[in-house]
Amino acid sequence: MSEISTLEHRAYRIRRFALRMGEVQGQGYIGQALGWADVLAVAYCHAMKLNPDSPEWEGRDRFLLSHGHYAIAHYAALIEAGVIPESELETYGSDDSRLPMSGMATYTPGMEISGGSLGQGLPIAVGMALALKHKKNPAFVYNSMSDGELDEGSTWEAAMSAAHHSLDNLICLVDINKQQADGPSPKVLGFEPLHDKWAAFGWHVQRLDGNDLPAVLKAFDVARSLGDAKPRVILFDTLMGKGVPFLETREKNHFIRVDPPEWQQALAVLDQSRPYMQLEGAPT
Amino acid sequence: MNTATAKKPRLTTSAMIASIATEGQRVKAAPFGKALVELAANRPEIVGLTADLAKYTDLHLFAQAYPERFYQMGMAEQLLMASAGGMAKEGLIPFATTYAVFGTRRAYDFIHQVIAEENLNVKICCALPGLTTGYGPSHQATEDIAMMRGVPGLTIIDPCDALDLEQAVPQIAAHNGPVYMRLLRGQVPLVLDEVPGYSFELGKAKLLRDGADVLIISSGIMTMRALEVAQVLGADNIDVAVLHSPTIKPLDEAAILEAVRYKNRLVVVAENHSVIGGLGEAVASTLLRQRVQPAGFQLAGLPDAFLDAGALPTLHDRYGISREALAARIKGWL
Repeated sequence: MSEISTLEHRAYRIRRFALRMGEVQGQGYIGQALGWADVLAVAYCHAMKLNPDSPEWEGRDRFLLSHGHYAIAHYAALIEAGVIPESELETYGSDDSRLPMSGMATYTPGMEISGGSLGQGLPIAVGMALALKHKKNPAFVYNSMSDGELDEGSTWEAAMSAAHHSLDNLICLVDINKQQADGPSPKVLGFEPLHDKWAAFGWHVQRLDGNDLPAVLKAFDVARSLGDAKPRVILFDTLMGKGVPFLETREKNHFIRVDPPEWQQALAVLDQSRPYMQLEGAPT
Repeated sequence: MNTATAKKPRLTTSAMIASIATEGQRVKAAPFGKALVELAANRPEIVGLTADLAKYTDLHLFAQAYPERFYQMGMAEQLLMASAGGMAKEGLIPFATTYAVFGTRRAYDFIHQVIAEENLNVKICCALPGLTTGYGPSHQATEDIAMMRGVPGLTIIDPCDALDLEQAVPQIAAHNGPVYMRLLRGQVPLVLDEVPGYSFELGKAKLLRDGADVLIISSGIMTMRALEVAQVLGADNIDVAVLHSPTIKPLDEAAILEAVRYKNRLVVVAENHSVIGGLGEAVASTLLRQRVQPAGFQLAGLPDAFLDAGALPTLHDRYGISREALAARIKGWL
């Protein structure tokens, strides 16, 4: 398989793991997980340096999940990357599980920060990027965040600071699915024009379809290889529920409703979109 | 206007960075900054960060000594706390400075979630504690301890003077976990070197003097006041003991119980902080839980109110924390 096909396969598996966790708990931010899976596949299976057997390896690239509610997506990526065993997804959201509903650093291997109080990831990333430079460690810091976090002042404090300190080891990944708790992002608090805003704050900016995997791959490569002494942001326009058509078209909301029988239906629909997997032995 | 008031010199609002030392008092310059510079000489993992207040927190000395370890984060306290957390995650020991009002009120969630929830090794050092500026509530951190006491796992220090500060710096750096320290900057009074055998010990309260009639339990600059008040009341044959508790959390409950139990004294808790949620309530809770009943119990803290602007001596008199006002309050309670 080409690298693109391999990564598409990985993204498919990440979606599948997320749906299985959603079924365990009967809930979860599955719309976001399906929409963000392509970005996670490229991050974890192409771009990032990591050692699955040693999640705290000093040479790793740091991936900060600022939007802690995307934990279901992040766990799926960590399973795909071999950091968390697949069998553990059965514990998702249960008492004493290492996989709580919102991501927390103290619970989960590979979870760098306790996100969830939105707008904290990017300023933490600034501190980590400064410290890595201080230690002469060439690792990258990736901050994964939602578009709702663009409402938070702390995000822009950090954006200004990252440029001020020329943090070329910082890559910010923004999921623009345009859905917030109270409705469509443009109605909650208009944040456009985002490209111009980030550029004005001194960042290298790319904006693309976050579900166009070849484009996502290219954007990561550009961000990593750029010569400018600037922080980099990649703005990904994504579709919530991507890969499961009946969820893609469901009335859009921050939290997509999924009825109990629909988890299995979603898995079936997802599997149908990847028939060749049946030949290779589909993940269970 | 009568002649008496017309002749009284008009007190003006003290400068923001004015020393809290009274005229003629012995002082030491920038004890925090100097102690940090000295400590960092052998501790390469110590870094300094500030939110545009290096000069006003004595961190400029660190910045001058170690420019490659100093980070100016701009006037952005949320970023200050979160990035300090990020640095601690990478193994550094960040000392983050600003004013107490901004560090606590504005950046609370960042201290709570980024720093404390992961028990990160960040030392938050905040100047202008309590009523140490006449600029009004925007700059008067009268509830910082109440807020910080609510954060699990956070160690809270309220040093009295230059000696406390310079001895606290290496100890909070050696402590593994987050610390909130109230900072006195500039020309800082020096008083505890006159107490025989005294040294700052993280987590310990120390009896500075004994006395049969009244026990003042105090922290921060109120310990300095308590020692002065003990002299004043001594002249009236009122015998005052002073227990200095610079560590507010975890509180040295054993020392407090020991000082109160079986002594039958009036207990007064003196603090440069609102009577809500500070040392006074912490002591009261300790005594009640342990069923230790003093002869009387009073809170000599700042009122639960937005305080006035003005000259510090005026305000300390008005709110009962000057030497004279505190002595008068205690006499009234006896």
